[in-house]
Amino acid sequence: MKHARVVFQDVIHQAIETNDGHLKLDNGQIVSEEEVVWLPPVQPRTVFALGLNYADHAKELAFQAPTEPLVFLKGPNTFIGHRGQTYRPAEATNMHYECELAVIIGRSGTNIKQEDAYDYVAGYTVANDYAIRDYLENYYRPNLKVKNRDTCTPIGPWLVDAKDIKDPMNLTLRTYVNGKVTQEGTTKDMIFSIPQLIAYLSSFMTLNKNDIILTGTPEGLVDTKVGDEVITEIEGVGRLVNTIISEKQFLRTESENAIFSQ
Amino acid sequence: MSKAIIKFSETLHTKEVEVDPQSNTIILGDRNVTLEQSSLEAPISGTVYGALLNYRGELEALGSSLTKEPYKEPPKAPVLYIKPVNTITGFKSSIPLPEDTSQLQVGASLGIVIGKKATRVTEEKALDHVLGYTIVNDVSIPHESFYRPAVKQKARDNFCPVGPWIIERDAISDPNKLTITVFVNDVLKQKNTTANLIRPVSRLISEISEFMTLYEGDVLLVGVPENPPLVKEGDLVRIEIDGIGYLENPVK
Repeated sequence: MKHARVVFQDVIHQAIETNDGHLKLDNGQIVSEEEVVWLPPVQPRTVFALGLNYADHAKELAFQAPTEPLVFLKGPNTFIGHRGQTYRPAEATNMHYECELAVIIGRSGTNIKQEDAYDYVAGYTVANDYAIRDYLENYYRPNLKVKNRDTCTPIGPWLVDAKDIKDPMNLTLRTYVNGKVTQEGTTKDMIFSIPQLIAYLSSFMTLNKNDIILTGTPEGLVDTKVGDEVITEIEGVGRLVNTIISEKQFLRTESENAIFSQ
Repeated sequence: MSKAIIKFSETLHTKEVEVDPQSNTIILGDRNVTLEQSSLEAPISGTVYGALLNYRGELEALGSSLTKEPYKEPPKAPVLYIKPVNTITGFKSSIPLPEDTSQLQVGASLGIVIGKKATRVTEEKALDHVLGYTIVNDVSIPHESFYRPAVKQKARDNFCPVGPWIIERDAISDPNKLTITVFVNDVLKQKNTTANLIRPVSRLISEISEFMTLYEGDVLLVGVPENPPLVKEGDLVRIEIDGIGYLENPVK
């Protein structure tokens, strides 16, 4: 089943997808995709992200593949939902998307073995982990000013139940900018697989229900401009639509966005 | 006597109380109640962000390495990290010593608790967004390099004691003039002051909120002074901050 969190008529609802592509809200109402505001499918709390977790992307950025997962954390401020708007800072010269498979943890665990790891997964969604490379510095790299900006991590639309994804390590990822494919890869090429990441993280800290792991992105990153429609898509998981707006547009609509970024 | 927000473990909500920061006691009518008689939890609810290399002495200690590989140049923007929710714990609770290390580093920090959502606030208005101040021990496994995020060194369970309470903002006349002292087993190990911050409180809030929103309940650690004390199993760590009180936790 596919689950979403949406706002309909000013109320936050849980929703599921109906057979004909509508949403059924938790109060029984049936609504269309365009009638709702999409929120991240779970409320983000502890969110891990992986850098350089695809062999080809590590090569593209001229780094050696890491011997230990390169993990960083993201705050709740950065997340927005499906069909949201991400602002490009006026001074930015290099802002790229990153299509990533997001793993949603289903129950808490410590020292989880690789062979048990999938028992701890509630489901999957799609994330677009934008980076503004202009702000890269070599302290706790990738630093928060690159990776944890307001509106810079669209996630959704759906949380797809783990049991509905037969092999999460064999899914095609694609990014479309204004309808044209600019990034294509497969989760097969992850350096550290989902079970390895769960085992690694839980070896030194407790993973909790609704923790999210963004598992990294393959090669094919291009600069995105104001007005671009960026769609990150993962086979069987979903198609996440996002639009780039200018900083000026963002500041004008800030109060509207802020209601939903919480 | 100051107003403070405290979280007793027997209730779901926080409570406003009168406290005496000097003696670390709660004032109930005409009695002073010591914290030994109470079971406290961390008084905070949001995301905890920390600022690295925000003390002058810390940056000076790194000296010429700041211009060499892998850093190449001194930091420009605030260097930030997150202490995730599994790390947060309260007054008197134990800091676990993981099996893969024999020592831990004490990170004595002033914690700024946000009271009102802060997006792109100016330095002049920054303190309007502050609810109050607390004491935070940003525990880490000692590590030399600041090149990659130190999640494995900083995000262990219970590696972020917070408390004993949040002192209301107006009880602190200047958050950039607070003495911070660390005692290990009652022996003075570190003394510094927030006067040595590279980015004082208001500037830090302003520069961070320029690109990321701080929400009500979030906590911003202003930084950890140079030469952080090391502790081992069985030690008792006490961090004192002027006008706030002290935070005490054993290492087990």
